[in-house]
Amino acid sequence: MRYLPLNDADRRQMLSVIGAASVDELFADVPAEALNADFDLPDHLGELGVERALSAMAAKNRDAGAGPFFLGCGAYKHHIPATVDHIIQRSEFLTAYTPYQPEIAQGTLQYLFEFQSQVAALAGMEVANASMYDGSTGCAEAALMARRVTKRRKAILSGGLHPQYAAVTRTNLELHEDDVVIAPPDPAGAEDIVSLIDEETSCVIVQNPDVFGNVRDLEPIASAAHEKGALLIAVVTEAVSFGAVKSPGEMGADVVVAEGQSIGNPLGFGGPYVGLFATRKKYLRQMPGRLCGETTDVEGKRGFVLTLSTREQHIRRDKATSNICTNSGLCTLAFTAHMSLLGETGLRRLATLNHEAACNTADALGAIDGVEVVNQSYFNEFTLRLPSNAENVVKALADQGVLAGVPGGRLWPDHPDTENLLIVAATECVTDEDIETFAAKLREAL
Amino acid sequence: MTMNAQGRPTRSDDVATSEAPTFTGNKALQIEEDLIFEVGDFNGTGVDLPEPEGAPSRLGGMERTSVIGLPGLSEPETMRHYVRLSQKNYAIDMGPFPLGSCTMKHNPRLNEKVARMPGFADLHPLTPEAQCQGALEVIDALGHWLKELTGMPAVAMSPKAGAHGELCGMMAIKAALEACGDAATRTRVLAPESAHGTNPATAVQCGFTVDEIPADKTGRVDLAALKEMLGPDVAGIMVTNPNTCGLFERDIRAIADAVHEAGGYFYCDGANFNAIAGKVKPGDLGVDAMHINLHKTFSTPHGGGGPGSGPTVLSAALAPFAPVPYVTEENGSFSLVETRRAAKEEGEGARSFGRMTAFHGQMGMFTRALSYMMSHGADGIAQAAEDAVLNANYVQARLKSEMTTAFDGYCMHEALFDDRFLKDTGVETIDFAKAMIDEGYHPMTMYFPLVVHGAMLIEPTESESKRELDQFCDALLSLAKRAKSGDAGAFKAAPVHAPRRRLDETAAARKPVLRWTPPVAEAAE
Repeated sequence: MRYLPLNDADRRQMLSVIGAASVDELFADVPAEALNADFDLPDHLGELGVERALSAMAAKNRDAGAGPFFLGCGAYKHHIPATVDHIIQRSEFLTAYTPYQPEIAQGTLQYLFEFQSQVAALAGMEVANASMYDGSTGCAEAALMARRVTKRRKAILSGGLHPQYAAVTRTNLELHEDDVVIAPPDPAGAEDIVSLIDEETSCVIVQNPDVFGNVRDLEPIASAAHEKGALLIAVVTEAVSFGAVKSPGEMGADVVVAEGQSIGNPLGFGGPYVGLFATRKKYLRQMPGRLCGETTDVEGKRGFVLTLSTREQHIRRDKATSNICTNSGLCTLAFTAHMSLLGETGLRRLATLNHEAACNTADALGAIDGVEVVNQSYFNEFTLRLPSNAENVVKALADQGVLAGVPGGRLWPDHPDTENLLIVAATECVTDEDIETFAAKLREAL
Repeated sequence: MTMNAQGRPTRSDDVATSEAPTFTGNKALQIEEDLIFEVGDFNGTGVDLPEPEGAPSRLGGMERTSVIGLPGLSEPETMRHYVRLSQKNYAIDMGPFPLGSCTMKHNPRLNEKVARMPGFADLHPLTPEAQCQGALEVIDALGHWLKELTGMPAVAMSPKAGAHGELCGMMAIKAALEACGDAATRTRVLAPESAHGTNPATAVQCGFTVDEIPADKTGRVDLAALKEMLGPDVAGIMVTNPNTCGLFERDIRAIADAVHEAGGYFYCDGANFNAIAGKVKPGDLGVDAMHINLHKTFSTPHGGGGPGSGPTVLSAALAPFAPVPYVTEENGSFSLVETRRAAKEEGEGARSFGRMTAFHGQMGMFTRALSYMMSHGADGIAQAAEDAVLNANYVQARLKSEMTTAFDGYCMHEALFDDRFLKDTGVETIDFAKAMIDEGYHPMTMYFPLVVHGAMLIEPTESESKRELDQFCDALLSLAKRAKSGDAGAFKAAPVHAPRRRLDETAAARKPVLRWTPPVAEAAE
C-alpha cells in the first residue's frame, strides 16, 4: 500500500522491541468479539483506478464554467488568480497544524494577522477573528454572542436573510429555548423590521445586500436597535460587495459576519468556505473563535501568537464562548492571498465590474414580456418575478445548458408566494454572450 | 586551520559558535518578511481587470466612499511574500509532526487533484439536482463508507468540523429526549476529566450542564464512579475511545450498557477513530453518536488549522433526528432533502432537529476523504490503524528507558509520558518541547490530557517509517539524558534555531494588538 512505509520485516523487528508476539496483542484491550470485524467494502486501489472512479462522478456534474451561469444566493462564481491555488498548496501551509507552537508557525500566524486586519477594514469594524467555518455558522455564533452580551433571549431575523442562515441560527438558539422571530421573505427589501424590536430583543440580524439582492440602509435599523439595547448583526454573503457598498460598520452594525468564499475560494458545492467575523473592541472578550495577536520574542523581534484563548474551549472548557476549535485556516489563506493581489484598487474595480454585469443582465432579462425586476437597488444579484413557477423554468433552462439562477421555491418551500421568483447573480465571469443566451432561452421558456 | 586544496576551511572548529547578526536580519534561507501592509502599495494591484463601462450605479445611494485601506501587491511580490512566510512553518511534509490527538498523517496529493476537478470544485451548491448527480453520489458513497466502517445505520454529513460534529450528536440526543418528554429532566452530561475541551463546551452550547467522571488508576473511566453518577437527570455521556491517554476503554460495553439502562445516550468522541478504523465497529460497542474527523482519520489536510469536516454517525434511535440536508437514493438517482418540511415520513431525518450550516457540508473534504478511502480500501485502512498502533508502541518502548510513561501496558495510537523523568532537573515539559524544535521536530502535544502532570502525548501515525522513528527516538533520548545531566539553561533558552525565539504570550494577551494600523494613526492614539 503506497501510503504505508513499514514493511513486514520492520513490523516484526518493532514487535520484538515492544515485546509483543503480534499486532493483535496490542489491541488486547478491545473486546475480543468486536475486534477484526468484517467490512463490506472493497480493497485498496491504485491512483489510476481512484482517479477514474472519481472522474466519472465529477463528469456527472455541470460545473459553473461549462456555460452561461447565473447562480448566487450565498455562493458566487469568481475568477481565482492562479497564484492563489499555488500558494495554498505549498506543503508548509497545506500540511501544517493549528499554530500551537508559534516559533515554528510564524507563516500561518502572520497571514492570520494580515487576514484579521483586512477583514476588520472591509467590515468597517475594530477587530476581526481568524475566521469561522462559514457565513451561516458565523451568523449563529453572532446571535449567541449577542445573547451573552445583552443577556436577552429574543432574536429578530430579517426576511431578507438567506433562509438557510436563518435556519442555522434558529437551530442553535432553539437549544436554549430562545425566541426566534423570522420575518417573512421580503423580495422588495421594504420590510418594517424596526417595529419588531423591543426591550427583550438581543439582536436584529439583517443581510446586506439581502438574499434578493437589495442594498439596504442599515443605519435606521442600527439606531432603533441601539435605542432598545439590542445589537445589530449585519450579514454579508457576497464579500466582493465590500468594494462597492458602504461598510456595515459605517452604518452602525455591532457585529459583521460574512461569507468570504467569493475571495479566493472555489464554489466547491458549498464548502469548505470561510466565515468572516468582526465586531467592536468592547465585545472582544465575548467573541468566538481564534484570534491572532502581535507580540515580540525574547530577542525583541516582532512575532505573532494565538491569543485571548481564555475565551476558548481548550482552556475554558464548559465556560468557553463557543465550542469552536477549528477555523478555516487554508480558506483564510486563499482569501488573504487573493485580497493581497487585488488590493483596494482591484477590489473596487472587481466590484464595479460585478455591478455592471448585473445591471446589463437585469436590463436584458427585464425587457422580456412578463418578466419583472423586483429590486429598486442591487449589487451583483437581483430578483425576477416570472409569470410562472421559477423552478420549472430553471429546470428547462438547465437542460439546455443555462444555469439560470436560484428559484424561490428551493429556498422557501413554506412560502408559495415566492415560487415565481428567480434570484439571478452576475459576476465578472459573465460575458455578453452569456447574457444574450440566457435572455433568448428565457424568452423561449416562458 | 584545516584547509582543502582551494584554501577553503574544511572544519568548523575555527568558526565562532555564536551566530553573528546579519545586516538584514535574514539567516540564509530564512528570510524576514514584513506585513502586506508594509510591503504593498495602497494604490497598487496585482490583477489586470478590464476597464468598467462607467454606467451609473444602482446601489440605492449606498456607495462606499470611505477609504478601505487595503494594500495591493504585484504578482511577484505576492508570491515572494507567501513563499517566505511558508518557510517559517513546520509541516508534515517536512518531518514528523507527533501531536497527540491531532493525527498528522501524510496528505496524499491525489486527493488534492481529485478535489480540484471542475465537476467538484467549480460546482454551485444550489445547482439543480439533475446537474449535480455526481456530487450527491460522492456524498452518498462517502456516507456508505462511514456507516460501514462504524457499523452505524445513519450519518449526518453536514457538520463542518469535529466540534461541529459533536454539536450535531448532542443536538440529536437533545431532540430525542425532547421527543419522549425527558428534555426538561435530563439536563446533565457526564464527561471524563481527560476529555477534549470541546466536549464540555459542546454540552453547554446545547444547554446541558457538565460533570466530570473521574479516571481510575489505569487512565480509564472509573466504571464504579460512573454508575454512581448516573440517574434520571443524566442525558448522556461523552467519552473518547480510544481515550485521550491513548488507551482503549476496556469497559466500553459495560459503560454503554450502564448509560442505556439509566436512560441516557452514549456520545463517542471519534477524534481517535484512526486507531481502530477497519478493525473495530464502534456500533458494536454501544455507541449512539460519534463524529469522525475527516481531517484526522481520513487525512484531509489540516491546512494550518482548518478546514475540518465532521460527519456524525447516528444509531437507529437518533437517526430520525438527523439534521437537514441529507441525500436519498432511489434506483441510482440521488435527491436532496433540504428542509424539515420536505423530510421523509420515517427513518433518517424524519424528525430532523434542523440545519447546522448553509448548503451541504465540506464537499471539498468529502472528495478528498473518499479518494483516501478508495485508495486504502478496507484492507489498507485496517493496516493503517495497525501501523499507527505499532508505531506508537514502538516509540513508547524505545523511550521508556529515559522517559516516564504515564500508564503501564500497551498504548493504542499514541504514547503518553509524564514529567517525572524531568523531576529536579529544572527542565519542564515546555522546555523539553521547545528543545525538540531545535532538533528539527514539531513538539508533541503538551500538557494534555489534563489528568497527567506535565503530559507529553506522542502520536507518530502510520506515515512514519522505522528509520524516521529511530532518529526521532534517538533525538528524544539524547534530550532526556541532557536534561538529566543538568543542562537546564540550554532548555530554557530553546529554541534558538527557529525563525523566532520564545514569544511573549502574556504581553500579547494583556495588550492585544489584533490588526495592523497605519503608523500615523498609532501615534495619534
